[in-house]
Parts: sequence; C-alpha cells; structure tokens
Amino acid sequence: MSERAAKVTQADEEAQDDDQITDSAAPDAAQEVDAESETTPAPVTSGAEAVVRALENAGVEHAFGVQGGAIMPVYDALYDSEIYHVTMAHEQGAAHAADAYGIVSGKPGICLATSGPGATNLVTGLADADMDSDPMVALTGQVPTDLVGNDAFQETDTTGVTTPVTKDNAFSSDSDTVGSDVSEAFALAGEGRPGPTLVDLPKDVTNGETDREPDAPSVPETYEVQERADEEIVAAAAERIENSNRPAMLLGGGVIKGEASEACRKFAIEHEIPVITTMPGIGAFPEDHELSLEMAGMHGTGYANMAITHCDTLIGIGTRFDDRLTGGIETFAPDAELIHVDIDPAEISKNIHADYPLIGDAATVVEQLVEAVDESPEATKWRAQCQQWKSDYSMAYDAPEDEPLQPEFVVEALDEATDDDTIVTTGVGQHQMWACQYWTYTEPRTWVSSHGLGTMGYGLPAAIGARIAADDDQDVVCFDGDGSFLMTLQGLSVAVRENLDITVAVLNNEYIGMVRQWQDAFFEGRHSASDYHWMPEFDKLAEAFGAAGFRIDDYDEVADTIEEALSYDGPSVIDVHIDPEANVFPMVPSGGDNGQFALTEDQL
Amino acid sequence: MKRGLEGPPPEDRPTPTGRRNKQGIRIDPEVEATHEPRRTVISALVAHEPGVLSDVSGLFSRRQFNIESLTVGPTKDEDRARITVVVEEPDPGIDQIKKQLRKLVPVISVRELEPDAMQRELALIKVDADDPAQVSAVADMYDATTVDSSPETATFEITGARQKIEAAIDTFGQFGIREISRTGTTALARGTEETAAAVNATESTATEANHDETYQTANDD
Ligand SMILES: Cc1ncc(C[n+]2csc(CCOP(=O)(O)OP(=O)(O)O)c2C)c(N)n1
Repeated sequence: MSERAAKVTQADEEAQDDDQITDSAAPDAAQEVDAESETTPAPVTSGAEAVVRALENAGVEHAFGVQGGAIMPVYDALYDSEIYHVTMAHEQGAAHAADAYGIVSGKPGICLATSGPGATNLVTGLADADMDSDPMVALTGQVPTDLVGNDAFQETDTTGVTTPVTKDNAFSSDSDTVGSDVSEAFALAGEGRPGPTLVDLPKDVTNGETDREPDAPSVPETYEVQERADEEIVAAAAERIENSNRPAMLLGGGVIKGEASEACRKFAIEHEIPVITTMPGIGAFPEDHELSLEMAGMHGTGYANMAITHCDTLIGIGTRFDDRLTGGIETFAPDAELIHVDIDPAEISKNIHADYPLIGDAATVVEQLVEAVDESPEATKWRAQCQQWKSDYSMAYDAPEDEPLQPEFVVEALDEATDDDTIVTTGVGQHQMWACQYWTYTEPRTWVSSHGLGTMGYGLPAAIGARIAADDDQDVVCFDGDGSFLMTLQGLSVAVRENLDITVAVLNNEYIGMVRQWQDAFFEGRHSASDYHWMPEFDKLAEAFGAAGFRIDDYDEVADTIEEALSYDGPSVIDVHIDPEANVFPMVPSGGDNGQFALTEDQL
Repeated sequence: MKRGLEGPPPEDRPTPTGRRNKQGIRIDPEVEATHEPRRTVISALVAHEPGVLSDVSGLFSRRQFNIESLTVGPTKDEDRARITVVVEEPDPGIDQIKKQLRKLVPVISVRELEPDAMQRELALIKVDADDPAQVSAVADMYDATTVDSSPETATFEITGARQKIEAAIDTFGQFGIREISRTGTTALARGTEETAAAVNATESTATEANHDETYQTANDD
C-alpha cells in the first residue's frame, strides 16, 4: 500500500513538472492544484493506461478481479491508479461482487479477469447480471491479436461466449481506441435498461503505445432510449386508473434501478392503491405500510397473490413478468387491464399483453401518471378485501420450543437486531425465500439477490461487493444455504483480508433444501443427490479462514449469538442448524394459478 | 409461539372467470382465440461491423424464432449493412422479433415490410442436359440465364419472387436436378417509402416500437 502510494506521488510530481514546463504562463494555477493535491493526470502512454483512465474518468472507485497473463498490462496500469482493486478468490466472485456493488451504489460495478478460464469464470456472473438488469462492466484479457483464432494458450472466444449473456460486448482491436471502448461500455451498462457489458482486451492492444485519451463515457448513436411515454396513452391509462375499482400496483426491479421508488410511493399513497412487488422489486415500497401486500409469485404472500389474481387494473412498473411471478399465463391477473411501464420496449407484451404500453423511464412516467390522474379510484371495498386477505393469509409459522429451530425465527431475529437500512444478500434456495418473506424491507437497494438466474453461491461474493459499496454505518447480512455457501465460500479469504464487516447466517439444513422440498412434493420423496450430510462445520471453517465462527442449534442461543456476530468487527459466520424438514410456503407450483397457492404440502 | 399459515384452502377461494391465451392476451374463454403464424419480411439496417450477423442470428436461435431465410449485404453507405429476415410467426412473435432486434446496439433501424414489397431471391439450378432443347425452353419460360453448360449439365441463374423460383425448380425437376443453391430473400419497400432507414432524432426506435401494436382502450366490467 505505501509502496503504491509512493508511486502515485511520484507520478503526480512528474505530471506537475510537465505542467510547469508547458504551462509556464500560469504557475499560480499549478501551485493551487498542488495545494489541493489534485493534479492533472499524466498523459496516457499505453492502451492499458487508456483503459484505466477511462475508468477513472467515469468515476470508478472500486474494481473486483483476479490477475492473469493476458490482463497483466491493465493491472500494471491499475497499480498507479487511485482505483481500489479488490482481489477476489475466484472470478465468479468478482462478477457477483461487481454486480452487487452496482445494485447497492446504482453505478456500474467493475470486474476484471484474464483471458480463457478467467473470462469463462465470469460467465455465470454476467448471465446473472443480465437477467436482473444490473449495471456492470467486465474487462477481460485476451491473447495477442495475432494469436486470436489459433487456439492459443488460454484463448477463448470471449465475445462469442458472452454475447447471449451481456447487454453488449466488444473486442478491442486498437490501442488508440481501447480507452474509448471502455468508456462506451461503461455508459451502455448504466444507460436505459441497465445490464452487463464486456470489453475484450488483447494483450498487444493494452501493451501497445498510444497517447490518445479516452473519450468521455457516452453511448453509441444507434442506442436510443425513450424517457417519456406517449402522452395519449398516459391519458388513457390515467382514465383507466380513475375508473377502476380494484387497482393494484406491481413494482419490479426497474423501479429501484430507475430511482422511481419515491414517485411510486407517493402515487400509491395519494390514490390509496394496494402495492405488490416482484422479488427484484423488494424494497421499492415499505413492507410495513398498510398498502403493502409484499411480494407475489411462486413463494409470494397469499394476499399478494390473491390481489394480483383479482385486480381489475394492474399497473406494472419495471417488471418483466417472469414466470416465477406470473405462474401460468392463462390464469395471471385474468380480469386485469395491464398498464405496463418499462424503459425497454421489448418487455412490453413479451409475456403478458399490455393494454396501455408506457415506454419510458420509470420515474418520469410515474410523474406523468401523477400529473394525469385527477381522481382516486373508487376502491374502498377492494382495499378492505385486501386487508381481509392480509389477515386470512398472514405470514406466520409454528415454532414450538421443543422442536428443531425454525428458519423464519432466525430471519426475524436478525431483522430485529439490525437497522432498517441493513443490506441483505442471499444464496439461492429455501433460505432465500425465507429471507424475502420474513424480513421486512423498507428501503430500495437493501435487497441483493439472484432473481432471474437463481445462482447458488451468489450470497457471499455479493455481500463483499455490497459491503464495499455500502455506507460505513450500514450493516450487511448474508443469508446463505449450506449448499450455496459451499459454492463460493473461498470468498471468505477476501472478506478476512479486507476486514469486511459482514455477517453470514448459513441456514444449515444439511440438504439442498429447495430441491428436497420439490422432491418431497413432486418426486415421492426420492432424495436423489439432495442429501448433504457431509457438510463441514461452517463455524470452524470460518475460523480457519480467520473469520469469526459461531454456531446456533436452539432458540435460546439465537438472540445472544446474533448480537455477538453483529458486533464482531469483521466477517463472521453463524452456522445455524435449522429444522432440516422445514419447507417454504405459500407455494404456487410452477405454471400454476397464483390464486391457488398451497399453504401446506397436502394442498400441492 | 405463533400459528402456522392458515386461511381458506385453494378450493374455497374465489377465482376470476377471465382467461388469457398463451400470448398473454385476455380472451373470452368460450371463443378461444390464438394467433396463427404468418410469413413476413423484416428489414434491419445495421452498423457494418464484425459480429453483427452473429448477434442477429444468435438472437433468433436463442429466442426460438423460426427463420425462413436471412440475407445480408452492404448498402450505399459503407458503414451500414442491410439484413433481410423472412420469418414465420404469430403476430405477437413478429412484434417481439422487431423489438428484440432494435435492442441490439449495432442495429440502427428495423421495419416490417408491406406484403407488396419487392422481394427477390436468386437461385442457381444445375440440371442434366440430356435434352438441351427442352431444357432451354423451360429456361426461357422463367427468364433464366445460362451461367454454365457442359455436355452433361446446364446451370441456370434465376431471380424472382420465391414462388417463381419454386415453380422453376418444380418444372426443371423433369430433367433431373443435380444441385441447387438459393440465396434467401432480399427486399425493398416500394416507391418513396424507406425500407429501414436511419431514424432521425425525433423518431427514435422506441417511438417505432410504440406504434408496433395499436393499443386499444378496451372496457370491461
Ligand atoms: C449454481 C446452481 N446450481 C444448482 C441450482 C439448483 N438449485 C436451486 S435451489 C437449490 C438448493 C439450494 O440449497 P441450499 O443452498 O443448501 O439452500 P436451501 O434450499 O437448503 O436453503 C439448488 C441445487 C441453482 N439454483 N444454482
């Protein structure tokens, strides 16, 4: 670190000297700059420096990655940069960390990998970010241009492999333009519907000489985004809302990405419209508000699923109507006229036909709706009905003291022990669903999970990225499954090295529980390959990594242990031994009717 | 401590009578209505850069859209290429194809052509030339040009609408066809109408998308 700092100062001094020579007319200005220790950076001399300069120009402060032959020139340039690089234990972790960083900060997260295996290890994280429209930029090393296509050592057709899982990707072929390629990738990742972009960087291009400064981040001319929806359709939609008797808002991840939570809250509260979220939309509306029905879909609340099934007007904002939300298309909101707000025209009528397509930025379009809707819908009876469903199908669980620990209890206990702005990350499986259902989310960008791809192993690296993006006084809690944790727990070494204050609660059922639940329900209890009785002791494993390890077996240990783990300054892992047979309910079987959710196994 | 999940079981819950079809459109369950596939030509103006064709063809295969033919070639502007795709899909699928194509960053503009657009295909047909007089009579019938002949074979070039080429192939069949190579359809809109033009600032690709489907303010209940 100090060596690096020394290098930075030296470079700065050199830049200063240059300045004074060329800009002798304004010596005072140069001195002033010096006083603030802000200097004009030295001109770029190589493609790799242009790459790093592009990141700096874009305001990048952190990057996640793993070194390697083809990406070495870029790392060498990073060495002189203020950008803080977090070395990960695996590139998949780098991609998930960058993804979570993007979710929490709202700015594209950056990950780096070398060619071949480095690049292919990023693919899961790219696909994950692509499905969830998370802003992210991946920079991959590539073999020198003259070896490309020859099956050279560590060569992979990275743009070919990643085309289906990125918003856009580019192969850089010129040291003079490589910096601008990176600027453009950065702009594209964040603009319009966000997503992951990738720039493949052949070693000769990054090593090559250039004095060309990268262009400022901007999207190519062919990329256009419509901000405002068509006024005529807005007016028609407003009329529909005013005349509806059973309105509901459905807030998706786009509400959070488009910074539209505030506008949606105002709109819903002013017109007293019940609010449902999708899983990525969690946090868009405070779940402790009377109008909140929480999440709908496969493991959504009974009341959200009743409301979505029975509404007559559905205002879907920034949602792509994924099958985990809709269940069978035939029975999805079958009485509802759909007002669909989305920045991506291709989402309109992709799965569910939109009667009122409102293409545009979520915050802008909701403002347009606010303007256009004069009268609140006449929906007193409907709201009462929603409240009735809320009490009929309230989310609760049995937790007899003499029986094994129930996971819901642990989720609630952690929620109670932490502040409202605590960030939750998860793996994928039952634990993820309990973390949705039994934690009360009130703020956007506090729920970080793998929705569309459902990537086991997402939780820990995401917690690392989230921790780095979060405010210092925000807690970061990761709920993981034993199976999910095992997939990426090498990231603990990173958390320990960086002394990241995160608390991982492994809801350990010694099963890959979600699979076991489906096997019990749909495969006559044949537990093919879902039995994980060979799990390590995670608390001891954590200690082996240098983290704090805790273990919970029973109710009376929960509160104290959580307290201890949270107050530990650094990464801590709680191995929570829960009831191995605990299942997630309510449940809509895949392709089923949302209104027909099962509350118990025998209703499936 | 707390009670478990309760509430009326599925069979005791009210269910709405409405239904949607597979394309997510609300329908009258009594008169089931689904869209039948139709054949149409989509023209896309794209940046002339490496990888565009694979982006486009990859999009089609990834999203399981059925391509009948796909052709690509340069335009009068050397930085742009035109891709012509013939697809067979129900209406919602065609809309989706256009929107997904527009999403690709190198794609500048996308249009579905009117059925009366000029559509041409080129075919090379190599036939046995045992009966040269007969063969050349058929060739004349279809305005085919001889591009190669040998004592055993004759090869013709035919351009025209797909139907004409199919008909020619059928008729040539009587002589014994050795090989055929076809290009797939390329097309341009008629008259002054632009096929898939570079959009100007006021008419964004998103605006085009707005008008793909005419939304109706249907009123129920
Ligand atoms: C990378 C990956 N592989 C496989 C799956 C399929 N899968 C979904 S949930 C699940 C079980 C997860 O088990 P665990 O992490 O222990 O969580 P639990 O369900 O027990 O809470 C599996 C295997 C997946 N989602 N992701």
